[in-house]
Order: sequence, then structure tokens, then C-alpha cells
Amino acid sequence: MNTCPDKMVHYMHEYLDEELSHEDEKELKSHLHECEACRTHFHELKRTIALVQSTSHINAPQDFTEKVMNRLPKEKKEVGMRRLLQRHPLLAAAAVFMVLMGGSVFTSWNDGNEFAFTKIENVVVDGQTVVVPEGEVVEGDLVVRNGDLRVEGEIKGDVTMINGDRYMAGGGTITGDIEEIDQGFEWLWYNIKSVFKDLGGFFQPNE
Amino acid sequence: MELIVKKRIKQVLKGDQNAFGEIVELYKDKVIHVCYRMLGNRHEAEDISQEAFIRAYINIHTFDVDRKFSTWLYRIATNLCIDRIRKKKPDYYLDAEVTGTEGLTMYSQIQADGRLPEEEVESMELQDSIQQEIVKLPDKYRSVIVLRYIEELSLKEISEILYLPLGTVKTRIHRGREALRKQLRTM
Repeated sequence: MNTCPDKMVHYMHEYLDEELSHEDEKELKSHLHECEACRTHFHELKRTIALVQSTSHINAPQDFTEKVMNRLPKEKKEVGMRRLLQRHPLLAAAAVFMVLMGGSVFTSWNDGNEFAFTKIENVVVDGQTVVVPEGEVVEGDLVVRNGDLRVEGEIKGDVTMINGDRYMAGGGTITGDIEEIDQGFEWLWYNIKSVFKDLGGFFQPNE
Repeated sequence: MELIVKKRIKQVLKGDQNAFGEIVELYKDKVIHVCYRMLGNRHEAEDISQEAFIRAYINIHTFDVDRKFSTWLYRIATNLCIDRIRKKKPDYYLDAEVTGTEGLTMYSQIQADGRLPEEEVESMELQDSIQQEIVKLPDKYRSVIVLRYIEELSLKEISEILYLPLGTVKTRIHRGREALRKQLRTM
């Protein structure tokens, strides 16, 4: 074997890597024809590859994936929730429904939506409307919350409307200030203002 | 397959752990096989494969989605195997004598466990000896031989997996083949 040129072994490997040029391949083949030692060498190399490749594939055990998943760091909770909702659209719909339902329950618990007004003897209530009838005179301030006010007579004082409309009939008059409040925040602001007004009156009693 | 994998990786990046489970399902056999051929021990191969998948999960954000996922995964697995081989104490080898038992190796212990038909035992013995010869290769030759002939990867892919120049991969394959040829000649 020692008499053969070194490049022949190199050619063999290049051939096995499918990188031997066509000309060199011819040279290798003709050499293999003549030299038995190189032929054996080449045969042994091919056999080695065949033997290595003959080893059967081994498979992962059944619980492999489960074991890996159990060892992973915990995922963020929100993702789990999002996936749950994506997989079950009905659950998502139910969740939306619950939120809306909860909202409406919450607001009805908030007693701010109830119809209320200052208790004065000579006014008439017609459904959600406070009526000051023709010829009647209301002495003092009037507050109507979540309802309408129809003035046919006279109010000698301030009128405050919260979430409601005010209708003036032909002969109706209001001598004081009129304030209309539509939202919770304004209602709060109105309360704060009235507190300060009272305080102001308290500090300047002589005026 | 790469397309499905890419989709799953994007889901994993968003934090969906279940999508990673599907990736594990797709690659578990290949990874465990490479590890087994590298380490020569089923138990260790399973251990290292699990570790490889966990590392892949933790470092998934460093994976370039435009590249081949298997190349990246094999790189993690082979590096872990090489680390394990280097750390391994010599008395860990299967063909080492078990202390206190004369002439008894771990191979004979393993084989004593399973009762198999003659033919299967013979072919398994042959496979075991081939495996033994692969494990005897120095790790730099072993990794290229395993990737080339057991995973049937191209030279270019191997050079990407091992971060080695193509020329180095070729040289190692040539030498690895020569070494194995000498070892397997008598078989």
C-alpha cells in the first residue's frame, strides 16, 4: 500500500463526500483496478459507512415531551388566559356578557339613577315629571334628580336639574337661578360649589 | 415542516408554552438519536436531550427565524453532548469493569436485563459494537461522523452546526472515517 501515491486515499475521501472532480474520479478508478491494497482500503471505508448507517434509530420515550414541558419555566398567566379564550369562543362571549351584566348591576346599585326631588307640598308628580301646576307658587329652592320638570305656575327660588329636562309652560316663571347638571362629575362639582357657597355665607353674615 | 416550526416559534415568542410542546414532538426522536450516538448511553441521551430542549426554549429569542431551526437545535444538543463527554469520568464508560465484579462490564449488565430472540440479540450485539466504536472516537471526529452518517446532514450544515470552517469539517470527516475503518476492519 505504501507504494501508492498519498493522493489516492485523499481521492477516496473526496469521492465519498461527492466532491471529486470527474477527471480525478477516472484516475482513482483506474488505480483501483490495478492496486488490490487500495481496493481493500476503499472497500473498508464504504463498509464502515454502511455499518455506521446500519445502526437502528432509537426513539424518545413516550413521556419525553411531558417531562420537558414540566421542566420549562412557568409561562405568564395572561397568555394562558388568552389561549383559553381563543380556544373557546363561547367562553369569551360569556366573559363579555358577565362584564356587561356586572356593569349594569353595579350602576343600579349606585342609587344615583333613582327619580328624586325636593319635597314640596304644592307640586304634582306625573310619572317621571315634577309639575308645578298653574296658579301654584313654590316658595323655596327645587331640586329634581333623574326626572323632568314642567313649570306652569311660579317658583320663587333656585331650580337645579340633574339628568333631566326643564319645560316652561306659557305662564310659568322661575325667579331664582337655574342650573342643569347632566353627569356625575358635574353633580359632584355642584355639591362642592354649594358647600363653598354655604361657607361663604357663613364668613360674611353681614352682607 | 420548517414552515410549521416557524409558526410555532412565533407563538412561543409570544409566550405560548404549548406551541413549544409541538416543536418537541417534531424533533425529539432526532435529537435523542444524535445524543445517543454521541454518548453511547440511552439514559444520558435522554437527559441531555431534555436539557437541549429546555435551553432552546429559554434562548428561543436568540434564534434567527430566517434560519433552519434544526441546525440551531442540533448545535445546542451536540455542544451539550461534547460538554458531557469532556466532564465524564473514565469509569463511567460502559465497557469499563464494574467495581467489585470481575470481568463484568456494564454492557453485560444491560444485556442481562432484556430477554430477546437469538437473531435480535445478534443484530443488537453488532449494533452495540458499532456504537462502542463510535464512542471510542475522539469527540471532534465523533460529532462530525454522527451528524454526517446518522443524521445525514450536508457538510455545509455540519459546519454551521459546529461553527467550524468547511475545510475543517472535511478534514475531520476524513480522519474520523479512517479511524473508524481501522476499528471496524475486524468486524
